[in-house]
Amino acid sequence: MILLEPLINYFIVSLALLSVGIYGLIAKRNAIRLLFSVEIIINAAIINFVAFARYHDTPLLTGQTFSLFAIALAATEAAVGLAIIVQAFRLNNDIDVLELKRLRG
Amino acid sequence: MTDVVFITVSLLTVAFAILALEARELVYGAVALALSFLGAAALFILLDSIFIAIFQVLVYVGSIAILIVFVIMLVRREKWVSIQSGTERTLGIIAAVLLFSTMAYFSLSTSLTTQYPTPTVLFNFSEIGSQLVNEYSIILQLTGIALAVSVIGALTMAKFENR
Repeated sequence: MILLEPLINYFIVSLALLSVGIYGLIAKRNAIRLLFSVEIIINAAIINFVAFARYHDTPLLTGQTFSLFAIALAATEAAVGLAIIVQAFRLNNDIDVLELKRLRG
Repeated sequence: MTDVVFITVSLLTVAFAILALEARELVYGAVALALSFLGAAALFILLDSIFIAIFQVLVYVGSIAILIVFVIMLVRREKWVSIQSGTERTLGIIAAVLLFSTMAYFSLSTSLTTQYPTPTVLFNFSEIGSQLVNEYSIILQLTGIALAVSVIGALTMAKFENR
């Protein structure tokens, strides 16, 4: 497949995804939406890894290999985060992050 | 020179990401998130990284999105539809637009704009596998340990009973 786009296009897409994720992290109060935001940001990072490795002078395989680890660690993070959300819902009957004050000193 | 396929895929990816955060119903948000992950997988295919695309579809669309849908069904409440926070929303929009515009503005003057790929480099899967096992074997094992620990931890946490 012949690529014609300069690298900046992929960078802009990744940047847009990062901005959407940052917006979600700031504006949302629902814990599940925060998890969505984190996943979107991780996805943006992975797109950057793959794009920059592909556009290297001699295309690197390391970008793809590293993306595999990143995706696997994102999966672990999602599993633990969702378990925490379920537990918080059981204890507090709510997952609004502004209402979770149990650990406040 | 931009490809129409690239423009369509990237617009869909970003639009579904926004929809995932803004959909009124949380389940629709989860579906939009899965579609956004699919769009990212299409971007990986455009970048000649077929294996990453397959892995992305398997892990993100296949397991994470399904896991999220199940958790939403577990913790669902009607009240969430009405949660709207005014000032935080405008603050978030301002922060996101500022971040995007400044970084895009400064990156437009770098050499990224003139960097075109070298054609026809398709790594086959065995190269990825051999690099994974030969050069990064310790990281591979550590990732496996992290996966096992996180799954055990998640199960333990979910099993914990409320008094």
